Amino acid sequence: MGGRLLAFFLAAATVALIAVGTLWPVPAAAAFAGINGAGPLHSSSTPEGAVENLANAIGHLDWQRAYSSLNNKSQFTEQDFIRDLTGSYPSLRTYATLDNFQVRPLHASDDEAQVQLRLRWSTVVGTFLDTRTLQVVRSGDRWATVWPIVKEPHVPPQVIAVTYLRWDVIYRGPGDDWGAQDVEAPHVRIVDMHPVERAAGVVVLGELLNEDVVPAYVSVKATLVGKNGAPIATEDSFDKISHLLLPKQVTPFLITFPNVSLSDVDSIHMDPTSNLVAASADPIVEIQDQKLSPAPDASFSGQVVNQSGEIVNIAHVLGTFYDQNGQLVWVADQYIDRALLPQTPVSFAMPVPEDLARKVSTERAVVATYASGGIQ
Amino acid sequence: MRGPHACILALMISSALVVANGQSGDLNLPKNVVAGAAFSIPTAGSGKAVLYIAGPAQVLKRDAQLGQPVEFAAGDLDNAGHYVAVLSSNSSTQTGEFDVAPASQPASLSFLARPSRIPVNLQNGITAAVYVFDSYQNLITSPTPVSFQLSVASAPAQTRTVVANQGAAWTGMNSATKEGNAKFVAQAGGISAVRVVQQVPGDPCGLKMSARKVSDKLNLETDPLRDCGGNAVTDGTIVTFTESWSGGQTTVDVPVKHGIAQAEVPAYIGALISVATGVVMGNEIRWEGHE
Repeated sequence: MGGRLLAFFLAAATVALIAVGTLWPVPAAAAFAGINGAGPLHSSSTPEGAVENLANAIGHLDWQRAYSSLNNKSQFTEQDFIRDLTGSYPSLRTYATLDNFQVRPLHASDDEAQVQLRLRWSTVVGTFLDTRTLQVVRSGDRWATVWPIVKEPHVPPQVIAVTYLRWDVIYRGPGDDWGAQDVEAPHVRIVDMHPVERAAGVVVLGELLNEDVVPAYVSVKATLVGKNGAPIATEDSFDKISHLLLPKQVTPFLITFPNVSLSDVDSIHMDPTSNLVAASADPIVEIQDQKLSPAPDASFSGQVVNQSGEIVNIAHVLGTFYDQNGQLVWVADQYIDRALLPQTPVSFAMPVPEDLARKVSTERAVVATYASGGIQ
Repeated sequence: MRGPHACILALMISSALVVANGQSGDLNLPKNVVAGAAFSIPTAGSGKAVLYIAGPAQVLKRDAQLGQPVEFAAGDLDNAGHYVAVLSSNSSTQTGEFDVAPASQPASLSFLARPSRIPVNLQNGITAAVYVFDSYQNLITSPTPVSFQLSVASAPAQTRTVVANQGAAWTGMNSATKEGNAKFVAQAGGISAVRVVQQVPGDPCGLKMSARKVSDKLNLETDPLRDCGGNAVTDGTIVTFTESWSGGQTTVDVPVKHGIAQAEVPAYIGALISVATGVVMGNEIRWEGHE
């Protein structure tokens, strides 16, 4: 009897929740479920409504509607507006889709309001947040958004001569005899390795050195071995590593084993792999103004500057953190969502777990770069 | 026909022939047959017969006139191994077994030299293995002296001689103290095989940099990078400059170019600047506003 009652209650609750979600959907979710099509979700009779309409139009890539809703469109063109959101050069932004957004009123008067718009973009390497503080002004009985345009610096057309080293590889051919030589894979070595227990599971941190004189495409795989000698799980570093290592370059790596307790682990088998690849010593990226901000909201921030002539489409910053004994404490990373233009600083900030941030004494950052046409 | 299937087939044929003819005897087979050499198998009696030779990788069939030897020309039987011979006529079947040995004269060498790229001055860092074959690609199992010679332009050659055991000889060699390509030659019975081992500089020794103010930046430049043997470190080697000051830190990874590494960082008074490559640390500079 009790079971039937519970089943009836669950069914009724499910139907009720579906009805509520259909009739009064969350604006961001509704917009991207296509429930409201390309039309406005809300009236622009309130500041929040005007910003939500703008965000909906951005999410639908309806640039014309988004641009026409702005109050300050005389200050920039629609193309400038699009480039602000998607980037002037191919980058993570170019291929991102708006996952959701949040609108938060900060301040309001009769004719003017300040609203924070948090756009969460989705990319193949995760999400990134674009937060804008918007002025919204009353125009008659409607409100319109003043868009804080961010114009990317423009690199003038030019020819930049570079003379950086490049490595090319010729492998043995199919006609070579058995026993004939092939080019040797690069010699790499794990110079540091440290398992850490976190709430989500076991995390294996470490650093890998290319001790050879040729570039290496590297990856690290780890196997946790249990007390009974049987493997518990095998994972690899995926993108928590700089895969291309030039000679004598060091990369941090981080391997996560969800739902595993360190107390169950007897030993860890590490398996670094390396392949010889064609590579270029260009571009050089400087990481300046690196700072570790303590808790609360502990983060590692700085600016990356492309010192070369080539445009870097995607940059991936990896931070390595050490305690006062030089022991590896944590590895964090962040993708830069805009292309790195020559000599143009771009900021980054990556969160660091607060309990670990207190232990950090020194830090080191490396940048992996990708340019259209392949790994650089 | 070649291969193990041929051998099994021949044995089945011989068994079948013995059963069918009802009589059997032993063939008078040569004691020593060398792979690829001419030889003959004598027969007795009269009439016609068929001779089958079956081994691990080859089967031969010859029409025979009993009482006359069956001739095999050079190159007819070229695979070393254990063979079965069956001579079958209408009235009898004779069988026998014999071994075909590889030729003692080497004709080719399979030479494995590892690694093909090695840092200088490494004891027994180079491993060499040689497999000795005759002209029909049979592994020569008889003891065969193999000499190894590793030579570079700047140093006397290292030479080792090893007697191949069951067709294989191996040794270890030291890499030279000077960088450059080493010619690695293995030789046996007048046959040689050559490999090239690239000997590359080791880790930098005595990494040192200097700082100079250029405009509002600091120009950091290393002395020419050399390993402990005085070899110039390979261009492209990454050198990391780190500048730390009270407000933060700047790092830049730059490749060695024409023997030195060079970078520009902001000029902060009181900044501590360090240099490193791989796991090798260099000197530190406290920038006080002048060189």
